[in-house]
Amino acid sequence: MIHAYQVVVAAPYIAALVLLVIPGYRLGAIANVAASGLTFGAGLWLVVSERSVGDYAIVDEFNIVFIGINTLVGFTTALFSASYIGHEIETGRLTPNLLRFYHAMFQAMMGSMNLALVANNIGLMWVGLELATLITVVMVGLYRTPQAIEAAWKYFILASVGISLAFFGTILIYLAGQPVLGEGVPAMTWSLLQEAASQMDPAILDLAFIFLLIGYGTKVGLAPLHAWLPDAHAEGPTPISAVLSGLLLNVALYALLRFKMIIAGQPAALDPGPVMISMGLVSLIFAAFMLYQRRDIKRLFAYSSIEHMGLMVFAFGMGGPLANFAGLLHMAMHSLTKSGIFFAVGHIAQAKGSQRIADIKGLSVTHPRLAVAFALAVLAISGLPPFGVFTSEFLILTTTFARDPWLALLPAFGLLIGFGALLMRLQDTIFGEPVGPAHRVDASSVPMVLHLLLVLIAGLYLPPALIGWFQRAAELLG
Amino acid sequence: MNQAYEISHLLAGVMLVTSFALLYQQRVAAVLNTFAAQSIALALAVAWAAWSQDRPDLFITALIALTLKGIVIPVALRRTVARLGIHREVEKVVGVGVALMVGLALTGLAQALLFRVTHGTASHAREELALALAIILMGFLMMIVRRNAVTQIVGFMSMENGLILAATGARGMPLVVEVSVAFSVLIALFVFAVFVFRIRERFDTIDIEALDRMRGDRR
Repeated sequence: MIHAYQVVVAAPYIAALVLLVIPGYRLGAIANVAASGLTFGAGLWLVVSERSVGDYAIVDEFNIVFIGINTLVGFTTALFSASYIGHEIETGRLTPNLLRFYHAMFQAMMGSMNLALVANNIGLMWVGLELATLITVVMVGLYRTPQAIEAAWKYFILASVGISLAFFGTILIYLAGQPVLGEGVPAMTWSLLQEAASQMDPAILDLAFIFLLIGYGTKVGLAPLHAWLPDAHAEGPTPISAVLSGLLLNVALYALLRFKMIIAGQPAALDPGPVMISMGLVSLIFAAFMLYQRRDIKRLFAYSSIEHMGLMVFAFGMGGPLANFAGLLHMAMHSLTKSGIFFAVGHIAQAKGSQRIADIKGLSVTHPRLAVAFALAVLAISGLPPFGVFTSEFLILTTTFARDPWLALLPAFGLLIGFGALLMRLQDTIFGEPVGPAHRVDASSVPMVLHLLLVLIAGLYLPPALIGWFQRAAELLG
Repeated sequence: MNQAYEISHLLAGVMLVTSFALLYQQRVAAVLNTFAAQSIALALAVAWAAWSQDRPDLFITALIALTLKGIVIPVALRRTVARLGIHREVEKVVGVGVALMVGLALTGLAQALLFRVTHGTASHAREELALALAIILMGFLMMIVRRNAVTQIVGFMSMENGLILAATGARGMPLVVEVSVAFSVLIALFVFAVFVFRIRERFDTIDIEALDRMRGDRR
């Protein structure tokens, strides 16, 4: 009997192997879409399938939220990539061989992320997340320009710091669990660890959480550990930027939250809440100010991702069913919107032949439809109604306000600052005299429009079934 | 039983000493030699753990540490350095004295952190972990205070040595073998990446033709 979670993990890996031997990049791109579609199907199947807890895999309300988003955005990104990446061959930035490698790595990365998400073993979760990270390191350096290699190198150095600290934290969790659960696999099984948390040594748990927070926090892009993130987004292929922002950061956050759930089971250990609240706020406000200085459009939205990850970490740090619900919703909305924005940015970069904001003026004159879509997407991410991001940000702020009115001022302040910066940049790119070349855009706009529609629908009407599902997930988070 | 722990502590201590030695080497070749020594000490420590904890799977980890990190990677890196004629001297961000002082402080920090918080649990594991944490932190330090890509790679691998030591110190932790294999493959990959990176830096292209031309010159 095959389970849905097995398909979700195995299908991308098998596809990666197949893609390595498929000749011709057009066929490879189609196969990539097909494989991602299959994984998305498996993801949907997982959502409706039975929840189960095994030795190595876990399926509960909490991780299917992440897997659902992961497989959906993976599928739409593959669609976007298929129509986008051919252009890179024409301009000579990629060779057909590199593209074959790119497609295989894309699938391997999706498989690794799904592995991290379904793993019930904290070691396996670590392996999945690290594999996904290292594959993105290679992808960031794919264009092999000096800047791309430098970005990949920086990413590698900082990611390896994260890798090591997270692994050391994992060892410490094992050490805390070992006296209670015995040697071997049980002391690394997340569900058992969570149940036994109250009997574990609080001092080891404290130390472990600090290491895990710094280690996985590097991957989430929390300031001051974010230095890799803007470079990696700017220099890699655009579909990878979309997946990085939309998915990989989420998976890292997921790992962090799983460990938060363990630590929360031991009242004598340190309370992860305040630590996460302060780290989230620092990232949010810092990134909001950094938005003003950006000259590269992909870097701009990379900082916006840091801002939103900060807000999520803040919400999960607040805890409680309502704040957790808002945090999960915000994560879903941010993933959809941000990857949609990167699709639009890919279009713009192709139209203008540049990612410098100074070169992208007067988009409304040269590419009116693209300009409208891009403007709507940016308005959505900056938190304007009627889009879903507004709903989730509003929920986060109101729940915070209800509990601690003064504390709510800080995220509100950060969001306003970020809003101003995004609006300013939006004006620069959309209006004014067009400069530079204006090429025709070949890439398909279907994924971008689809994401925008989903975010719009979520902002106008959240189906009760979805609300119930997210609420159950939020309750698990405690 | 006590003797078993003493030997493992001794080997971990040797690794820590080599971590300090890595910081004061002046030449890239010497850094690579010191790293090879550290990897051999790690291989011995893991082999000892395999024997004393009766976990034969750890012998594989020891073997990987010995062959790949004790011999193959240092030799390959030395060849790369020689062939591409990159700086033989270690490029420093801060001086040896400062680096050693910071290293000492980090070691103290590692001991203080683990000795205080793991009070009451298996004390032997905690000592091994404290040494391992010190080695990990020194690896970071090396990545920060040394500029050259080869020395940064060595810093990373030294950090990874610390991690494997920590993982073997935690009794009965599964996945150690798998993780060490995965890491080693990864390092090989990045050593290769450095190779490509260096060629580009020197010739401003990664065309094989440029390499051929270079070789033609030498002949």
